[in-house]
Amino acid sequence: MSQTAREGEIVSTASDAAIEVRSLHKSFGSLEVLKGIDFHVGKGEVVCVIGPSGSGKSTLLRCINLLETPTSGKVWVSGEDVTDPDVDIDAVRRSIGMVFQQFNLFPHLSVLENLTIAQRRVLRRSKTDAEAVARTNLERVGLADKMASFPAQLSGGQAQRAAIARSLSMGPDLMLFDEPTSALDPELVGDVLEVMRGLAADGMTMMVVTHEMSFAREVADRVVFMDDGTIVEEGRPEAVLGAPQHPRTRDFLARVLNPSRRVSLPARDPASG
Amino acid sequence: MTATTTTAGRTGGLKQDGRRRRLTRRQRTRLLRAVQYAAFVAVGLLIVLKADWPRLSQDYFNPEIARQLFPDVLSTALKNTAIYTAMGFVFGLAFGLLLALMRLSEVAPYRWVANIYIEFFRGIPLLLWLFFLGYGVPTATGAQLPGQPYSPIVLGLGMPAAAYMAETIRAGIQAVPRGQAEAARSLGMSHGQAMISIVIPQAFRIIVPPLTNEVILLTKDSSLVAILGVTVGTKELTKFGRDALNQLVNPTPLVIAGLCYLIITVPLSLIVRRLEAHNNRAR
Repeated sequence: MSQTAREGEIVSTASDAAIEVRSLHKSFGSLEVLKGIDFHVGKGEVVCVIGPSGSGKSTLLRCINLLETPTSGKVWVSGEDVTDPDVDIDAVRRSIGMVFQQFNLFPHLSVLENLTIAQRRVLRRSKTDAEAVARTNLERVGLADKMASFPAQLSGGQAQRAAIARSLSMGPDLMLFDEPTSALDPELVGDVLEVMRGLAADGMTMMVVTHEMSFAREVADRVVFMDDGTIVEEGRPEAVLGAPQHPRTRDFLARVLNPSRRVSLPARDPASG
Repeated sequence: MTATTTTAGRTGGLKQDGRRRRLTRRQRTRLLRAVQYAAFVAVGLLIVLKADWPRLSQDYFNPEIARQLFPDVLSTALKNTAIYTAMGFVFGLAFGLLLALMRLSEVAPYRWVANIYIEFFRGIPLLLWLFFLGYGVPTATGAQLPGQPYSPIVLGLGMPAAAYMAETIRAGIQAVPRGQAEAARSLGMSHGQAMISIVIPQAFRIIVPPLTNEVILLTKDSSLVAILGVTVGTKELTKFGRDALNQLVNPTPLVIAGLCYLIITVPLSLIVRRLEAHNNRAR
Protein backbone atom coordinates (compact mmCIF):
# COMPACT_ATOMS: atom_id res chain seq x y z
CA MET A 1 0.00 0.00 0.00
CA SER A 2 2.63 2.51 1.03
CA GLN A 3 4.79 1.07 -1.75
CA THR A 4 2.15 2.03 -4.35
CA ALA A 5 1.86 5.52 -2.93
CA ARG A 6 5.60 5.98 -3.09
CA GLU A 7 5.76 4.91 -6.69
CA GLY A 8 2.93 7.27 -7.54
CA GLU A 9 4.94 10.01 -5.94
CA ILE A 10 8.04 9.20 -7.96
CA VAL A 11 6.16 9.32 -11.24
CA SER A 12 4.65 12.69 -10.41
CA THR A 13 8.02 14.22 -9.51
CA ALA A 14 9.53 12.64 -12.59
CA SER A 15 7.12 14.34 -14.91
CA ASP A 16 7.94 17.75 -13.43
CA ALA A 17 11.67 17.34 -13.83
CA ALA A 18 13.70 17.56 -17.02
CA ILE A 19 15.92 14.77 -15.73
CA GLU A 20 15.09 12.39 -12.92
CA VAL A 21 17.51 9.63 -11.90
CA ARG A 22 16.68 6.99 -9.28
CA SER A 23 19.17 4.58 -7.65
CA LEU A 24 21.27 4.42 -10.79
CA HIS A 25 24.03 1.84 -10.87
CA LYS A 26 26.54 1.35 -13.66
CA SER A 27 29.34 -1.18 -13.80
CA PHE A 28 31.95 -1.80 -16.44
CA GLY A 29 32.80 -5.45 -15.87
CA SER A 30 33.72 -5.73 -12.23
CA LEU A 31 34.33 -1.99 -11.88
CA GLU A 32 31.35 -0.22 -10.33
CA VAL A 33 31.41 3.35 -11.60
CA LEU A 34 28.03 4.57 -10.33
CA LYS A 35 26.97 3.26 -6.94
CA GLY A 36 23.36 4.31 -6.59
CA ILE A 37 22.74 7.84 -7.82
CA ASP A 38 19.60 9.83 -7.05
CA PHE A 39 19.62 13.03 -9.01
CA HIS A 40 17.32 15.44 -10.74
CA VAL A 41 17.42 18.54 -12.90
CA GLY A 42 14.36 20.78 -12.92
CA LYS A 43 13.02 22.44 -16.06
CA GLY A 44 15.07 25.53 -16.80
CA GLU A 45 17.61 24.63 -14.15
CA VAL A 46 21.38 24.76 -14.67
CA VAL A 47 23.17 22.03 -12.72
CA CYS A 48 26.93 21.74 -12.67
CA VAL A 49 28.46 18.40 -11.73
CA ILE A 50 31.98 18.59 -10.32
CA GLY A 51 34.33 16.02 -8.88
CA PRO A 52 37.68 14.34 -9.38
CA SER A 53 38.35 12.37 -12.54
CA GLY A 54 37.06 8.84 -12.32
CA SER A 55 34.27 9.90 -9.96
CA GLY A 56 31.57 8.87 -12.46
CA LYS A 57 30.38 12.35 -13.55
CA SER A 58 30.69 11.68 -17.27
CA THR A 59 29.18 8.21 -16.92
CA LEU A 60 26.16 9.71 -15.14
CA LEU A 61 25.77 12.22 -17.96
CA ARG A 62 26.11 9.52 -20.63
CA CYS A 63 23.53 7.33 -18.89
CA ILE A 64 20.96 10.08 -19.36
CA ASN A 65 20.94 9.87 -23.15
CA LEU A 66 21.82 6.18 -23.01
CA LEU A 67 25.25 6.43 -24.58
CA GLU A 68 25.88 4.11 -21.63
CA THR A 69 23.24 1.58 -20.62
CA PRO A 70 22.58 1.68 -16.87
CA THR A 71 23.19 -1.59 -15.05
CA SER A 72 20.18 -0.91 -12.82
CA GLY A 73 18.02 2.02 -11.75
CA LYS A 74 15.71 4.33 -13.62
CA VAL A 75 16.17 7.49 -15.68
CA TRP A 76 13.35 9.76 -16.79
CA VAL A 77 13.85 12.53 -19.33
CA SER A 78 10.98 15.02 -19.55
CA GLY A 79 8.79 12.49 -17.75
CA GLU A 80 9.58 9.63 -20.10
CA ASP A 81 11.24 6.52 -18.71
CA VAL A 82 14.24 6.11 -21.00
CA THR A 83 15.30 2.90 -19.23
CA ASP A 84 12.04 1.26 -20.35
CA PRO A 85 13.06 -1.42 -22.87
CA ASP A 86 10.23 -0.28 -25.12
CA VAL A 87 11.36 3.33 -25.42
CA ASP A 88 12.31 4.79 -28.82
CA ILE A 89 15.75 5.98 -27.82
CA ASP A 90 16.33 7.85 -31.09
CA ALA A 91 13.21 9.91 -30.38
CA VAL A 92 14.37 10.66 -26.82
CA ARG A 93 17.84 11.69 -28.00
CA ARG A 94 16.33 14.17 -30.45
CA SER A 95 15.17 16.25 -27.47
CA ILE A 96 18.53 16.05 -25.68
CA GLY A 97 21.46 18.11 -26.90
CA MET A 98 24.87 16.63 -26.15
CA VAL A 99 28.18 18.49 -26.21
CA PHE A 100 31.36 16.43 -25.99
CA GLN A 101 34.79 17.22 -24.63
CA GLN A 102 36.34 16.42 -28.02
CA PHE A 103 33.61 18.35 -29.98
CA ASN A 104 33.05 15.37 -32.32
CA LEU A 105 32.26 17.56 -35.30
CA PHE A 106 31.99 15.52 -38.50
CA PRO A 107 35.30 16.23 -40.27
CA HIS A 108 34.08 15.28 -43.75
CA LEU A 109 31.28 17.87 -43.68
CA SER A 110 31.38 21.66 -43.70
CA VAL A 111 30.23 23.52 -40.61
CA LEU A 112 26.89 24.23 -42.26
CA GLU A 113 26.44 20.56 -43.22
CA ASN A 114 27.39 19.53 -39.69
CA LEU A 115 24.42 21.56 -38.50
CA THR A 116 21.96 20.47 -41.17
CA ILE A 117 22.61 16.74 -41.63
CA ALA A 118 20.69 15.53 -38.56
CA GLN A 119 17.92 18.08 -39.12
CA ARG A 120 17.46 16.69 -42.60
CA ARG A 121 17.93 12.98 -41.86
CA VAL A 122 16.17 12.86 -38.49
CA LEU A 123 13.67 15.73 -38.48
CA ARG A 124 13.11 15.52 -42.25
CA ARG A 125 13.43 19.26 -42.63
CA SER A 126 13.88 20.66 -46.13
CA LYS A 127 17.33 21.90 -47.10
CA THR A 128 16.17 25.52 -46.98
CA ASP A 129 14.55 25.18 -43.55
CA ALA A 130 17.52 23.30 -42.10
CA GLU A 131 19.95 25.90 -43.41
CA ALA A 132 17.87 28.73 -42.01
CA VAL A 133 17.90 27.09 -38.56
CA ALA A 134 21.62 26.42 -38.86
CA ARG A 135 22.34 30.01 -39.80
CA THR A 136 20.38 31.33 -36.80
CA ASN A 137 22.28 29.05 -34.44
CA LEU A 138 25.68 29.86 -35.96
CA GLU A 139 24.93 33.54 -35.46
CA ARG A 140 23.96 32.79 -31.89
CA VAL A 141 27.40 31.29 -31.19
CA GLY A 142 29.22 33.93 -33.23
CA LEU A 143 30.28 31.73 -36.14
CA ALA A 144 28.13 33.07 -38.99
CA ASP A 145 31.29 33.65 -41.04
CA LYS A 146 32.52 30.04 -40.63
CA MET A 147 29.56 28.38 -42.33
CA ALA A 148 31.57 27.12 -45.32
CA SER A 149 34.66 26.14 -43.31
CA PHE A 150 35.56 22.57 -42.45
CA PRO A 151 36.09 21.48 -38.85
CA ALA A 152 39.86 21.12 -39.37
CA GLN A 153 40.02 24.84 -40.16
CA LEU A 154 38.46 25.89 -36.85
CA SER A 155 40.20 26.59 -33.56
CA GLY A 156 39.17 24.45 -30.61
CA GLY A 157 36.94 27.17 -29.25
CA GLN A 158 35.24 27.68 -32.61
CA ALA A 159 34.79 23.93 -33.03
CA GLN A 160 33.13 23.60 -29.65
CA ARG A 161 30.82 26.54 -30.38
CA ALA A 162 29.92 24.95 -33.71
CA ALA A 163 29.18 21.70 -31.86
CA ILE A 164 26.88 23.58 -29.47
CA ALA A 165 25.13 25.19 -32.45
CA ARG A 166 24.75 21.73 -34.01
CA SER A 167 22.94 20.47 -30.91
CA LEU A 168 20.79 23.59 -30.72
CA SER A 169 19.71 23.13 -34.33
CA MET A 170 17.73 20.05 -33.28
CA GLY A 171 15.68 22.23 -30.90
CA PRO A 172 16.50 20.27 -27.74
CA ASP A 173 14.54 20.58 -24.49
CA LEU A 174 17.70 20.16 -22.47
CA MET A 175 21.45 20.15 -23.04
CA LEU A 176 24.13 17.88 -21.61
CA PHE A 177 27.71 19.17 -21.54
CA ASP A 178 30.53 16.67 -20.95
CA GLU A 179 33.55 18.74 -19.89
CA PRO A 180 33.02 21.13 -22.82
CA THR A 181 36.12 23.23 -22.15
CA SER A 182 38.58 20.58 -20.97
CA ALA A 183 40.15 20.04 -24.40
CA LEU A 184 40.58 23.77 -25.10
CA ASP A 185 43.59 26.02 -24.85
CA PRO A 186 43.07 28.27 -21.83
CA GLU A 187 42.59 31.43 -23.89
CA LEU A 188 39.75 29.83 -25.88
CA VAL A 189 37.71 28.68 -22.87
CA GLY A 190 36.08 32.08 -22.39
CA ASP A 191 34.25 32.12 -25.75
CA VAL A 192 32.65 28.75 -25.11
CA LEU A 193 31.63 29.64 -21.56
CA GLU A 194 30.17 32.89 -22.90
CA VAL A 195 27.91 30.93 -25.26
CA MET A 196 26.86 28.62 -22.42
CA ARG A 197 26.15 31.61 -20.17
CA GLY A 198 23.88 32.95 -22.91
CA LEU A 199 22.03 29.64 -23.13
CA ALA A 200 21.51 29.60 -19.38
CA ALA A 201 20.20 33.16 -19.48
CA ASP A 202 17.73 32.12 -22.20
CA GLY A 203 16.31 29.54 -19.82
CA MET A 204 17.82 26.36 -21.31
CA THR A 205 17.86 23.35 -19.02
CA MET A 206 21.50 22.38 -18.67
CA MET A 207 23.52 19.67 -17.00
CA VAL A 208 27.20 20.53 -17.15
CA VAL A 209 30.07 18.28 -16.11
CA THR A 210 32.88 20.76 -15.66
CA HIS A 211 36.10 21.75 -13.95
CA GLU A 212 35.35 25.47 -14.42
CA MET A 213 34.58 26.42 -10.82
CA SER A 214 34.04 30.10 -11.59
CA PHE A 215 31.48 29.19 -14.27
CA ALA A 216 29.69 26.88 -11.81
CA ARG A 217 29.69 29.55 -9.14
CA GLU A 218 28.34 32.21 -11.48
CA VAL A 219 25.88 30.33 -13.69
CA ALA A 220 24.71 27.18 -11.88
CA ASP A 221 21.48 27.05 -9.93
CA ARG A 222 22.83 23.99 -8.18
CA VAL A 223 26.21 22.31 -7.88
CA VAL A 224 26.58 18.57 -7.39
CA PHE A 225 29.83 17.16 -6.07
CA MET A 226 30.50 13.52 -6.97
CA ASP A 227 33.25 11.26 -5.72
CA ASP A 228 33.80 7.55 -6.14
CA GLY A 229 30.47 6.86 -7.86
CA THR A 230 28.24 8.65 -5.38
CA ILE A 231 26.85 12.13 -4.91
CA VAL A 232 28.65 13.45 -1.86
CA GLU A 233 27.15 16.91 -1.59
CA GLU A 234 24.81 19.18 -3.52
CA GLY A 235 23.24 22.56 -3.12
CA ARG A 236 23.48 26.22 -4.11
CA PRO A 237 26.86 27.00 -5.66
CA GLU A 238 27.78 29.47 -2.91
CA ALA A 239 27.10 26.72 -0.37
CA VAL A 240 28.88 23.83 -2.04
CA LEU A 241 31.78 25.88 -3.42
CA GLY A 242 31.91 28.54 -0.69
CA ALA A 243 31.25 26.55 2.45
CA PRO A 244 31.50 22.84 1.65
CA GLN A 245 30.22 20.60 4.42
CA HIS A 246 31.87 17.34 3.51
CA PRO A 247 35.63 16.83 3.97
CA ARG A 248 35.92 15.18 0.52
CA THR A 249 34.38 18.25 -1.09
CA ARG A 250 36.73 20.51 0.82
CA ASP A 251 39.70 18.38 -0.13
CA PHE A 252 38.74 18.41 -3.82
CA LEU A 253 38.09 22.15 -3.93
CA ALA A 254 41.36 22.88 -2.20
CA ARG A 255 43.19 20.85 -4.82
CA VAL A 256 41.35 22.43 -7.74
CA LEU A 257 41.54 26.01 -6.57
CA ASN A 258 45.14 25.88 -5.32
CA PRO A 259 46.72 23.23 -7.50
CA SER A 260 50.28 24.12 -6.51
CA ARG A 261 49.76 23.83 -2.80
CA ARG A 262 49.63 20.81 -0.60
CA VAL A 263 46.21 20.20 0.88
CA SER A 264 45.13 19.03 4.32
CA LEU A 265 47.59 21.41 5.97
CA PRO A 266 45.35 24.46 6.10
CA ALA A 267 47.15 26.05 9.07
CA ARG A 268 50.31 26.71 7.06
CA ASP A 269 48.42 28.20 4.20
CA PRO A 270 48.12 31.96 4.78
CA ALA A 271 51.68 32.51 5.96
CA SER A 272 53.57 30.58 3.35
CA GLY A 273 51.35 31.64 0.42
CA MET B 1 88.56 4.88 -27.69
CA THR B 2 85.38 6.83 -28.01
CA ALA B 3 86.98 9.75 -26.30
CA THR B 4 89.85 9.90 -28.79
CA THR B 5 87.51 9.81 -31.73
CA THR B 6 85.37 12.57 -30.29
CA THR B 7 88.32 14.81 -29.62
CA ALA B 8 89.75 14.20 -33.04
CA GLY B 9 86.37 14.83 -34.60
CA ARG B 10 85.85 18.04 -32.74
CA THR B 11 89.25 19.56 -33.44
CA GLY B 12 88.94 18.56 -37.06
CA GLY B 13 91.43 17.87 -39.78
CA LEU B 14 93.67 20.67 -38.59
CA LYS B 15 95.02 18.69 -35.73
CA GLN B 16 98.24 16.81 -36.34
CA ASP B 17 98.87 14.20 -33.70
CA GLY B 18 101.95 12.58 -35.11
CA ARG B 19 100.08 10.16 -37.36
CA ARG B 20 97.85 10.87 -40.38
CA ARG B 21 95.62 13.85 -40.55
CA ARG B 22 92.14 12.78 -39.29
CA LEU B 23 88.90 13.46 -41.19
CA THR B 24 86.07 15.20 -39.46
CA ARG B 25 82.84 13.31 -39.00
CA ARG B 26 81.20 15.33 -41.79
CA GLN B 27 84.07 14.73 -44.18
CA ARG B 28 83.89 11.02 -43.54
CA THR B 29 80.14 11.00 -44.29
CA ARG B 30 80.73 12.88 -47.54
CA LEU B 31 83.51 10.55 -48.60
CA LEU B 32 81.36 7.50 -47.93
CA ARG B 33 78.55 8.96 -50.00
CA ALA B 34 80.91 9.79 -52.88
CA VAL B 35 82.16 6.19 -52.91
CA GLN B 36 78.58 4.92 -53.20
CA TYR B 37 77.80 7.26 -56.08
CA ALA B 38 80.99 6.25 -57.85
CA ALA B 39 80.17 2.54 -57.51
CA PHE B 40 76.70 3.18 -58.85
CA VAL B 41 78.01 5.04 -61.90
CA ALA B 42 80.64 2.35 -62.51
CA VAL B 43 78.07 -0.47 -62.53
CA GLY B 44 75.81 1.58 -64.80
CA LEU B 45 78.61 2.23 -67.27
CA LEU B 46 79.62 -1.42 -67.24
CA ILE B 47 76.11 -2.50 -68.19
CA VAL B 48 75.75 0.12 -70.91
CA LEU B 49 79.15 -0.67 -72.46
CA LYS B 50 79.20 -4.45 -72.14
CA ALA B 51 75.58 -5.25 -73.11
CA ASP B 52 74.90 -6.42 -76.65
CA TRP B 53 72.34 -3.75 -77.46
CA PRO B 54 71.45 -4.71 -81.03
CA ARG B 55 70.92 -8.29 -79.95
CA LEU B 56 68.80 -7.29 -76.93
CA SER B 57 66.74 -4.98 -79.02
CA GLN B 58 66.25 -7.65 -81.67
CA ASP B 59 64.98 -10.15 -79.11
CA TYR B 60 63.06 -8.10 -76.63
CA PHE B 61 62.22 -4.72 -78.16
CA ASN B 62 61.86 -5.72 -81.77
CA PRO B 63 60.07 -2.80 -83.49
CA GLU B 64 58.91 -4.99 -86.40
CA ILE B 65 57.22 -7.40 -84.01
CA ALA B 66 55.90 -4.64 -81.80
CA ARG B 67 54.26 -2.91 -84.77
CA GLN B 68 52.25 -6.04 -85.52
CA LEU B 69 50.78 -6.00 -82.00
CA PHE B 70 49.09 -2.65 -82.42
CA PRO B 71 46.35 -1.66 -82.19
CA ASP B 72 45.00 -4.98 -80.79
CA VAL B 73 47.21 -4.89 -77.71
CA LEU B 74 45.51 -1.67 -76.65
CA SER B 75 42.04 -1.94 -78.20
CA THR B 76 41.46 -5.55 -77.09
CA ALA B 77 43.99 -6.75 -74.53
CA LEU B 78 44.52 -3.64 -72.40
CA LYS B 79 40.83 -2.81 -72.64
CA ASN B 80 39.82 -6.28 -71.49
CA THR B 81 42.32 -6.23 -68.61
CA ALA B 82 40.82 -2.92 -67.49
CA ILE B 83 37.26 -4.22 -67.84
CA TYR B 84 37.94 -7.44 -65.91
CA THR B 85 39.71 -5.50 -63.17
CA ALA B 86 36.86 -2.99 -62.93
CA MET B 87 34.23 -5.74 -62.79
CA GLY B 88 36.14 -7.62 -60.10
CA PHE B 89 36.65 -4.42 -58.15
CA VAL B 90 33.04 -3.24 -58.24
CA PHE B 91 31.77 -6.67 -57.24
CA GLY B 92 34.46 -7.00 -54.56
CA LEU B 93 33.77 -3.55 -53.14
CA ALA B 94 30.01 -3.97 -52.85
CA PHE B 95 30.24 -7.49 -51.49
CA GLY B 96 33.22 -6.55 -49.30
CA LEU B 97 31.23 -3.73 -47.69
CA LEU B 98 28.44 -6.17 -46.92
CA LEU B 99 30.94 -8.63 -45.42
CA ALA B 100 32.59 -5.88 -43.37
CA LEU B 101 29.22 -4.85 -41.91
CA MET B 102 28.47 -8.51 -41.19
CA ARG B 103 31.79 -8.89 -39.40
CA LEU B 104 30.94 -5.88 -37.22
CA SER B 105 27.36 -7.01 -36.63
CA GLU B 106 26.04 -7.67 -33.16
CA VAL B 107 24.29 -10.76 -34.55
CA ALA B 108 26.76 -13.60 -34.07
CA PRO B 109 25.77 -15.80 -37.08
CA TYR B 110 26.49 -12.90 -39.45
CA ARG B 111 29.96 -12.63 -37.95
CA TRP B 112 30.53 -16.37 -38.27
CA VAL B 113 29.49 -16.47 -41.91
CA ALA B 114 31.63 -13.45 -42.76
CA ASN B 115 34.64 -14.86 -40.89
CA ILE B 116 34.41 -18.23 -42.62
CA TYR B 117 34.02 -16.58 -46.03
CA ILE B 118 36.98 -14.25 -45.47
CA GLU B 119 39.28 -16.96 -44.13
CA PHE B 120 38.30 -19.30 -46.95
CA PHE B 121 38.99 -16.91 -49.80
CA ARG B 122 42.13 -15.49 -48.24
CA GLY B 123 43.44 -19.00 -47.83
CA ILE B 124 42.86 -20.61 -51.23
CA PRO B 125 44.94 -19.82 -54.34
CA LEU B 126 43.13 -17.69 -56.91
CA LEU B 127 44.16 -20.10 -59.66
CA LEU B 128 42.43 -22.99 -57.90
CA TRP B 129 39.26 -20.95 -57.50
CA LEU B 130 39.31 -20.04 -61.20
CA PHE B 131 39.74 -23.69 -62.19
CA PHE B 132 36.83 -24.55 -59.93
CA LEU B 133 34.54 -21.99 -61.56
CA GLY B 134 35.73 -22.58 -65.11
CA TYR B 135 36.03 -26.37 -65.10
CA GLY B 136 34.89 -27.76 -61.76
CA VAL B 137 31.34 -26.45 -61.81
CA PRO B 138 30.73 -27.30 -65.52
CA THR B 139 32.07 -30.82 -64.97
CA ALA B 140 29.71 -31.42 -62.07
CA THR B 141 26.62 -29.80 -63.56
CA GLY B 142 27.24 -30.53 -67.21
CA ALA B 143 26.65 -26.86 -68.03
CA GLN B 144 28.60 -23.62 -68.00
CA LEU B 145 27.74 -20.89 -65.49
CA PRO B 146 25.03 -18.60 -66.89
CA GLY B 147 26.17 -15.21 -68.15
CA GLN B 148 29.24 -16.34 -70.15
CA PRO B 149 31.90 -15.17 -70.60
CA TYR B 150 31.73 -12.59 -67.81
CA SER B 151 30.20 -14.50 -64.88
CA PRO B 152 33.22 -16.71 -64.12
CA ILE B 153 35.49 -13.68 -64.47
CA VAL B 154 33.40 -11.48 -62.14
CA LEU B 155 32.96 -14.23 -59.54
CA GLY B 156 36.49 -15.51 -60.03
CA LEU B 157 38.15 -12.17 -59.40
CA GLY B 158 35.41 -10.51 -57.32
CA MET B 159 34.70 -13.09 -54.65
CA PRO B 160 38.29 -13.38 -53.37
CA ALA B 161 38.73 -9.60 -53.75
CA ALA B 162 35.64 -9.12 -51.54
CA ALA B 163 37.36 -11.07 -48.77
CA TYR B 164 40.42 -8.81 -48.84
CA MET B 165 38.41 -5.63 -49.19
CA ALA B 166 36.09 -6.63 -46.34
CA GLU B 167 39.06 -6.64 -43.99
CA THR B 168 40.25 -3.27 -45.31
CA ILE B 169 36.78 -1.73 -44.99
CA ARG B 170 36.30 -3.15 -41.50
CA ALA B 171 39.62 -1.67 -40.41
CA GLY B 172 38.53 1.68 -41.90
CA ILE B 173 35.20 1.65 -40.08
CA GLN B 174 36.94 0.81 -36.84
CA ALA B 175 39.46 3.60 -37.40
CA VAL B 176 36.70 6.23 -37.28
CA PRO B 177 36.73 7.56 -33.70
CA ARG B 178 33.89 6.29 -31.52
CA GLY B 179 32.86 9.85 -30.74
CA GLN B 180 31.70 10.29 -34.34
CA ALA B 181 29.03 7.63 -34.03
CA GLU B 182 28.18 8.85 -30.53
CA ALA B 183 27.68 12.40 -31.79
CA ALA B 184 25.48 11.16 -34.62
CA ARG B 185 23.41 9.00 -32.29
CA SER B 186 23.12 11.89 -29.81
CA LEU B 187 21.55 13.94 -32.58
CA GLY B 188 18.85 11.28 -32.87
CA MET B 189 20.20 9.38 -35.87
CA SER B 190 19.53 5.64 -35.93
CA HIS B 191 22.44 3.21 -36.06
CA GLY B 192 21.95 2.82 -39.82
CA GLN B 193 21.74 6.57 -40.46
CA ALA B 194 24.88 7.16 -38.40
CA MET B 195 26.71 4.48 -40.37
CA ILE B 196 25.63 5.72 -43.78
CA SER B 197 25.92 9.48 -43.23
CA ILE B 198 28.80 9.73 -40.79
CA VAL B 199 30.92 6.62 -40.26
CA ILE B 200 31.18 4.97 -43.68
CA PRO B 201 32.05 8.18 -45.60
CA GLN B 202 34.90 8.80 -43.16
CA ALA B 203 35.97 5.16 -43.27
CA PHE B 204 36.25 5.33 -47.06
CA ARG B 205 38.43 8.41 -46.90
CA ILE B 206 40.76 6.47 -44.63
CA ILE B 207 40.88 3.38 -46.86
CA VAL B 208 41.25 4.94 -50.32
CA PRO B 209 45.01 4.26 -50.32
CA PRO B 210 44.78 0.56 -49.32
CA LEU B 211 41.80 0.13 -51.63
CA THR B 212 43.80 1.54 -54.53
CA ASN B 213 46.51 -0.99 -53.74
CA GLU B 214 43.77 -3.59 -53.98
CA VAL B 215 43.03 -2.40 -57.53
CA ILE B 216 46.69 -2.77 -58.44
CA LEU B 217 46.75 -6.35 -57.14
CA LEU B 218 43.51 -7.08 -58.94
CA THR B 219 44.92 -5.72 -62.21
CA LYS B 220 47.72 -8.24 -62.02
CA ASP B 221 45.45 -11.07 -60.83
CA SER B 222 43.27 -10.51 -63.88
CA SER B 223 46.06 -12.20 -65.87
CA LEU B 224 44.95 -15.50 -64.37
CA VAL B 225 41.55 -15.47 -66.10
CA ALA B 226 43.47 -16.57 -69.21
CA ILE B 227 43.03 -20.15 -67.95
CA LEU B 228 39.26 -19.83 -68.32
CA GLY B 229 39.71 -20.43 -72.04
CA VAL B 230 39.07 -17.06 -73.62
CA THR B 231 38.21 -16.31 -77.21
CA VAL B 232 39.98 -13.82 -79.49
CA GLY B 233 37.68 -10.99 -78.43
CA THR B 234 38.03 -11.60 -74.68
CA LYS B 235 41.83 -11.91 -74.50
CA GLU B 236 43.47 -9.81 -71.83
CA LEU B 237 47.10 -8.71 -71.78
CA THR B 238 48.83 -11.84 -70.52
CA LYS B 239 46.96 -14.23 -72.80
CA PHE B 240 47.46 -11.83 -75.69
CA GLY B 241 51.20 -11.65 -75.02
CA ARG B 242 51.58 -15.39 -74.71
CA ASP B 243 49.66 -16.12 -77.92
CA ALA B 244 51.69 -13.52 -79.79
CA LEU B 245 54.89 -15.06 -78.41
CA ASN B 246 53.93 -18.44 -79.83
CA GLN B 247 52.84 -16.98 -83.13
CA LEU B 248 55.73 -14.60 -83.76
CA VAL B 249 58.44 -16.60 -81.93
CA ASN B 250 59.81 -13.55 -80.19
CA PRO B 251 59.48 -12.37 -76.57
CA THR B 252 58.76 -8.74 -77.52
CA PRO B 253 54.98 -9.19 -77.04
CA LEU B 254 55.55 -10.16 -73.41
CA VAL B 255 57.60 -7.00 -72.87
CA ILE B 256 54.89 -4.90 -74.49
CA ALA B 257 52.19 -6.59 -72.38
CA GLY B 258 54.26 -5.90 -69.27
CA LEU B 259 54.55 -2.23 -70.17
CA CYS B 260 50.78 -2.11 -70.69
CA TYR B 261 50.22 -3.33 -67.12
CA LEU B 262 52.43 -0.47 -65.96
CA ILE B 263 50.20 1.98 -67.84
CA ILE B 264 47.48 1.02 -65.36
CA THR B 265 49.45 0.36 -62.18
CA VAL B 266 52.03 3.14 -62.11
CA PRO B 267 49.48 6.01 -62.17
CA LEU B 268 47.53 4.21 -59.44
CA SER B 269 50.68 3.94 -57.33
CA LEU B 270 51.32 7.63 -57.79
CA ILE B 271 47.75 8.41 -56.75
CA VAL B 272 48.16 6.30 -53.60
CA ARG B 273 51.35 8.14 -52.69
CA ARG B 274 49.74 11.53 -53.18
CA LEU B 275 46.69 10.53 -51.16
CA GLU B 276 48.85 9.24 -48.35
CA ALA B 277 50.86 12.45 -48.29
CA HIS B 278 47.59 14.40 -48.30
CA ASN B 279 46.16 12.35 -45.43
CA ASN B 280 49.33 12.81 -43.41
CA ARG B 281 49.11 16.54 -43.84
CA ALA B 282 45.44 16.63 -42.89
CA ARG B 283 46.12 15.01 -39.51
